[in-house]
Amino acid sequence: MGRPCAVIGTGQTDYRKRLDLTLDGLVRWAALEALEDAGLTFGDVDAVVIGKAPDALEGVVMPELSLADALGAVGKPIHRVHTAGSVGAAAAITGATMVESGRYDRVLVVCYEKQSEGNATWALSGGKSGGQGAGGTFAPWIRSYIQRSGAPEHIGWKVAVKDRQNALRNPHAHLHIEDISIEKVKESPMLWDPLHFLESCPSSDGAAAVVLASEEVARASPGAPAWVIAHAKRTEFASFPGRDAVRVQAGVDCASVLYKKAGITDPRRQIDCAELYVPFSWYEPMWLEGHLIAREGEGWRMTEAGDTELTGSFPVNPSGGVLSSNPIGASGLIRCLEAANQVRGRAGDYQVDGARIALGHAYGGAAQYFAMWIVSADLQPKLADHS
Amino acid sequence: MNGDTTRSTGRDVAIVTVSQTPSVAAFDGPEPVLVMRCVNDILNQTGLERSEVDFTIAGSCDYNSGLPFAFVMNLDGIGAWPPVYESHVEMDGAWALFEAWLRLQVGDVDTALVIGSGRPSPGNHREAFALQTDPYFMAPLGLDPTSLAGLQARALLDRELATERDFAEVVVRSRQAGASNPKAMVTEQASVEELMAQPYVASPLRAHDVAPTADGAAAVLLVAGDRARELRERPAWIRGIDHRIESHHPGFRDLTDSPSIRTAAAHAGAADGPIDVAELMVVHSHEELIVRRSLGLGEQTVVNPSGGPLAGDPVMATGLVRVAEVASRIMDGTVRRGVAHASSGACLQQNLVSVLEGDD
Repeated sequence: MGRPCAVIGTGQTDYRKRLDLTLDGLVRWAALEALEDAGLTFGDVDAVVIGKAPDALEGVVMPELSLADALGAVGKPIHRVHTAGSVGAAAAITGATMVESGRYDRVLVVCYEKQSEGNATWALSGGKSGGQGAGGTFAPWIRSYIQRSGAPEHIGWKVAVKDRQNALRNPHAHLHIEDISIEKVKESPMLWDPLHFLESCPSSDGAAAVVLASEEVARASPGAPAWVIAHAKRTEFASFPGRDAVRVQAGVDCASVLYKKAGITDPRRQIDCAELYVPFSWYEPMWLEGHLIAREGEGWRMTEAGDTELTGSFPVNPSGGVLSSNPIGASGLIRCLEAANQVRGRAGDYQVDGARIALGHAYGGAAQYFAMWIVSADLQPKLADHS
Repeated sequence: MNGDTTRSTGRDVAIVTVSQTPSVAAFDGPEPVLVMRCVNDILNQTGLERSEVDFTIAGSCDYNSGLPFAFVMNLDGIGAWPPVYESHVEMDGAWALFEAWLRLQVGDVDTALVIGSGRPSPGNHREAFALQTDPYFMAPLGLDPTSLAGLQARALLDRELATERDFAEVVVRSRQAGASNPKAMVTEQASVEELMAQPYVASPLRAHDVAPTADGAAAVLLVAGDRARELRERPAWIRGIDHRIESHHPGFRDLTDSPSIRTAAAHAGAADGPIDVAELMVVHSHEELIVRRSLGLGEQTVVNPSGGPLAGDPVMATGLVRVAEVASRIMDGTVRRGVAHASSGACLQQNLVSVLEGDD
């Protein structure tokens, strides 16, 4: 089943609007920080994986070509992944595959987006003007979830507040809203009913990087490794008659195969925390159900009960998540990276006490692309007995 | 560089089936249809069900159609219900092949469908791919791939490594070969003298020196181990595959040489045996001279028997077509061993080399 792979270094830029950095500067910042964390230099890297959302977001075609120099990739393989919003997690998985294959010992994965260089809502509307953007696509499915589950309307506001409160502990986060409150969220302008302005992700600039390594390299690295114990991807069509866009089959399948590979039979109890791709507040309960963490119709109850708070029984997005920073192409890698930092004990002020197994997740397109990984402090994790 | 990246990981992986659409100037339908034709062809040839393909990976470029997320629509051709395990590279399909080959090395999946597709006809390829250049220093100059290729061709002339006649001879030979390839787009023949009488488009390159962009798609099916022999009597084993990149800035490079091809070829093991056939991604005629020299190809190697990209360049499938052409010749017993080359970026900035072999 391939060789073990571990995250041995992570790096992130701040995710505010970065008019101070070029694209080259942005990716190099994250890459250098990850390499420094891993105790390596560019010269040690065997291969580079680069991921981002559509090239049209910045207007640079196939940017692996123009960023090769900044990423120290000259003379090496550089591989470009693009799977819509899930791309950050997909790039992490491609990097892990490269190590697991036995071919490479040290792989640098870098993802970025610089939304200030373009118009994301234009691009997310398929390059047409007058589009509704991602929120316009997702709002009807969110309404459908609310109708099916009977969730009260304040659940979305609660997620929005919780993730922004977590972000106050994360110096990299784009949004630091000191006076965030339920009142403030529900009084913010309605963008796509039922989504208010403050229930939506920001447009961010930023890059994130991880160094992935073989077992031998990981054991010799200066910091604690995060072992990649399982990863999975699933994709389905954007639309077809009878499609369930709320509880998406590809998402259910992806989670099922992921947990099976990891030996997880009760994700709610055996996973210590999760970084889920939640660009709009309601996707927290939707993915808790859609990825088999909560039973159908009960995801919102976890949010309601405070289980997903930093000190809850199943913390979700301790970093502040996509709701607090969304450099689109990097956002999935940030989820995977933050999950790794949790099990490495490196999450700073938003460290989940005792986290040893964490889930990193991303989705993309019309909620049709899914990429997920589980990282652990242990190569052979001791899973909590749930019987 | 650490780690022996040439080491064999021990899992034999072969191409057992290939498919290509014809290269056409303007396909009368959407890109997913091109993809679907190849996917259905692969399934029909092997008798496999869609659900029997463990992993699927495609290469395409949004800028071909000028639509962000254009690749999402290609899913309609790929087939994604019930949900599939798949991925996508914003690169030529040859790089999708690279990732698929690595994925099969891990050992838990055994079959991979690899697709490359492009439909550049709605736009202006030369203008769109000018946006490949560094956005701060080069893109404002309006440097497009053809202009940069002209600089590279000029460097060959200045160093007396080639003549304009050499460029024309590459075109003549490519078109002669393309005449017997039913998938080729340009098949009309011309003499060296006729070609050299044509005007320049990016001196010293003339229009025929630039591969004509085409709409088209290609796909190959990879299978690991003994299962490959069950599906194909004579599979085309991938003995090595590697890709490397060079600096983006032409001023930092010796444009008459390709160290990235030499490195990739060494790591793919190209020189470990005789090379009967080589399909090279020559999108400007002068590039053939650089690629041949960097691969160390001798007289015994037949180059671009399909006509190569100069007879039709289905952008984003072109590199994978090279692989399919070599694999076809191995599977039908015409040759035993061959090399397929793919490139990306201006002036051969990034290069991939794969080595394919049949059973003795």
